[in-house]
Amino acid sequence: MPDHADPKPRRPFLTRRKLIVGGGLVGGVLVVGAGIANIGKLLSIGAEVPDSTDFGQFIKIAADNSVTIVNKHQEMGQGIHAGLAAIVAEELDADWSKVRVEAAPANVKLYGSTAGPLQGTFGSSGIANSWDQLRQAGATARYMLVQAAADLWQVSAGSLTVRDGIITDPLTGRTAPFSELLARAAQIRAPETLPLKDPKQFTLIGTERVRRKDSRAKITGTERYTQDIQLNDMMVAMVAHSPRFGGKVLSFDDSEARKIVGVIDVFEIPSGVAVVATDTYTAKRGRDALKVDWDDEKAEMRSSEDLLKFYRDTAQGKTDIKGDRFEKSGNPEGAFDGELIEITYDLPYLAHAPMEPMNCVAMVNGRRVKLITASQIQTIDQVNTALVVGCLPGSVEIETLPAGGSFGRRGIMSSDYIVECVHIAKHVGGGRPVKLIWTREDDMMGGYYRPMSYHHLWIKCGDDGYATAWRHHTVVQSLTPVGPNTPGVEGIHGSPYLAATPVVDGKVFTPKLAIPPGFWRSVGASHSVMVMEHTIDQLARRAGRDPIDYRRTIYINTHKPRWLNVLNLAAEKAGWGQPLEPGWARGVAVAECFGTTVAQIAEVTLIDGKPKVRRVLAAVDCGIAVARDQIRAQMEGSVCFGLSAALYGGVILEGGVVQNTNFDTAPVLRIDEAPVVETHILASGNPPTGMGEPGVPLIAPAIANALLILTGQPTLFLPFIKS
Amino acid sequence: MPYTIRLDGKQHTVDVDADTPLLWVLRDSLNLTGTKYGCGVAQCGACTVHMDGQPVRSCSLPISAVGNSEITTIESVSGPEAAAVQASWLKIDVPQCGYCQSGQIMSAVALLKEIKVPTDAEIDAAMSGNICRCGTYPRIRNAIKDAAKSLI
Repeated sequence: MPDHADPKPRRPFLTRRKLIVGGGLVGGVLVVGAGIANIGKLLSIGAEVPDSTDFGQFIKIAADNSVTIVNKHQEMGQGIHAGLAAIVAEELDADWSKVRVEAAPANVKLYGSTAGPLQGTFGSSGIANSWDQLRQAGATARYMLVQAAADLWQVSAGSLTVRDGIITDPLTGRTAPFSELLARAAQIRAPETLPLKDPKQFTLIGTERVRRKDSRAKITGTERYTQDIQLNDMMVAMVAHSPRFGGKVLSFDDSEARKIVGVIDVFEIPSGVAVVATDTYTAKRGRDALKVDWDDEKAEMRSSEDLLKFYRDTAQGKTDIKGDRFEKSGNPEGAFDGELIEITYDLPYLAHAPMEPMNCVAMVNGRRVKLITASQIQTIDQVNTALVVGCLPGSVEIETLPAGGSFGRRGIMSSDYIVECVHIAKHVGGGRPVKLIWTREDDMMGGYYRPMSYHHLWIKCGDDGYATAWRHHTVVQSLTPVGPNTPGVEGIHGSPYLAATPVVDGKVFTPKLAIPPGFWRSVGASHSVMVMEHTIDQLARRAGRDPIDYRRTIYINTHKPRWLNVLNLAAEKAGWGQPLEPGWARGVAVAECFGTTVAQIAEVTLIDGKPKVRRVLAAVDCGIAVARDQIRAQMEGSVCFGLSAALYGGVILEGGVVQNTNFDTAPVLRIDEAPVVETHILASGNPPTGMGEPGVPLIAPAIANALLILTGQPTLFLPFIKS
Repeated sequence: MPYTIRLDGKQHTVDVDADTPLLWVLRDSLNLTGTKYGCGVAQCGACTVHMDGQPVRSCSLPISAVGNSEITTIESVSGPEAAAVQASWLKIDVPQCGYCQSGQIMSAVALLKEIKVPTDAEIDAAMSGNICRCGTYPRIRNAIKDAAKSLI
């Protein structure tokens, strides 16, 4: 195993905060947890706090000795249920087979991030954010239970052992399950912080025993998603949206829609015209029967080609959008004189297209609101809902359900479809439940895409084949309404390749369009890794160097041991340098995304001009591996998700209208195109980092780099297969 | 108008329009929500059920076309192939978000009823109508092979 010690791994969204810890017996269930004091007061105003005031609640132990972990992060497929449960169970020494997980209610005071007053799941931060907090919660519960046993048996707590939810006195052989000690344990006051296990003592974390807790429900059709909610008196709503971004309702004729038996009402809301009906199919038929005239005065009318030309011109300074410098080093004077390598990239808008299209159940009765939905950032959804109904954000009740995929789509700053559902439920009133359903077409046309980007690079290389000067212009919408366009250049800014280049001049140009951009699995890395990793292979090729060898020098010179280690491990496992059959080539990519470092090597060929990937070797450093099987699952899924986008992804606009609105015209990866993925996890003693996103952005450049070997041609745009 | 369908071993009568897709009859009329809506145009397979043992996309099958055929959904799928598929799915922890998995399992069960030990190409042919956006495809393939092995 290579030495991978990195003294300062990046840990986003993670700061250590003082924990207030305690316990209480609520309804016969021992509640233990850690809460964040004095933050999020504004956002939590109106929130109902359980009797155990001041204490959060992460752990419930029931009379059958089962342990329920309350999960503050949303389960959208990434396996966070398993990871967080394992962290608690490890310190608690619970019986893993009796550990269950339930979703936390929306309550930023109890379940906010340890980094600030926001409850949500984003940035692959779930495990990292909860690591210290849930270990403390587990250790606290363990302390209270052990102390309770010690009091009962009149022995010292230090003499007792705990295993699989049973406390044992080795001297006498007496045993007691947690469940027998609940009342007594509730009286114990635990210290504010407790010593935690040395990772070497872990018996659950990092083992193959950490498995998903939700598989059984998901293979029997019994997992309950938002789409599945059926309530008494519930209405189903669909909304006719403007076909163009920025379009508004001018007028509508609902006479035909209202003739349909089962259509209850038709009315205008800010985002379009809502049809509410007794059931889904009737709502759809009602919507199909609507005639709506749209006001396109402020709508985006351009086609994809128009936007590309605009972006291309912008990158060359030919439009009135001024660039903002995101990176500058060295003296540019004269550095770009002489022969320059010019490389451009055209990367498209990408839809998330989770299998469960957007949906929400809302009940509004005056200022009382309840949402049942796969809320990804509960605090933001509460605030946006409160703005519609005029209540306090903290009073918005949210029952968070598992998401049928998200990939960033459900973590929207405007809470677009949730707000839409709240408007409808407010109009309906009386607390009557409304289930808003988006069709696949609504979803694909609904925006919040990974923004398209255009990159223009001017690079000068020295005699050794390495860049001496690197000018980098990126054109991309910003994901944040104010402040610098940091996500747009995430992965370019701070890249080891720029760090290794003496003169760097990086600018980001930020167009404002009516097409809303959004967070898309791996965010900035989803485009920047393609740009940086494919560029570096082109430079290596010009220098006549092996791309892995070329990279090694850079990582050594820029002190990137984690990059070097994942690269070396992947190269070793892939048999880099050993010949493949004719027509096949290997391509490599390395990236760091949300604190996790990944290298992937893909085996690629061309069949009828279309890239085919048969195998991907992945090496990852995500700190301490909490749930090994889920790390592998995320790598497999990430490769497939990234490959799908690389091969086919791209929202096509004609006259401002999205053309590819369902899977027939917007193809995605299917099983016959999915490669074998082999994941190798570096041993690490560093705190864990996330796995939901970092494996996504490497496959596109890995393929491009293999094609560079096979064809000699660089890839200047994605997707590889343009429809 | 009323339609009587044979579903999961029982007769059910529903009062819906003739063109109502079976999917919405299952989900909205009968509250059998294990069968999912994903695309509505028979492209993603999330709505896969069995009609007389054959996998069909219920989102594009009007209730009037069901006739006297026996419909089986994820809620009641049974038999040695179903047991083997679900056991292997669990053993390998196939699901991620899980939303497509009802449909994946219905397609896989139909495949194994048809072909005892499917080749990779036969798995591709039978399963390529089922999309998984989480990318559980490698595990689906492994789980089908594992289930086939357990049935021998």
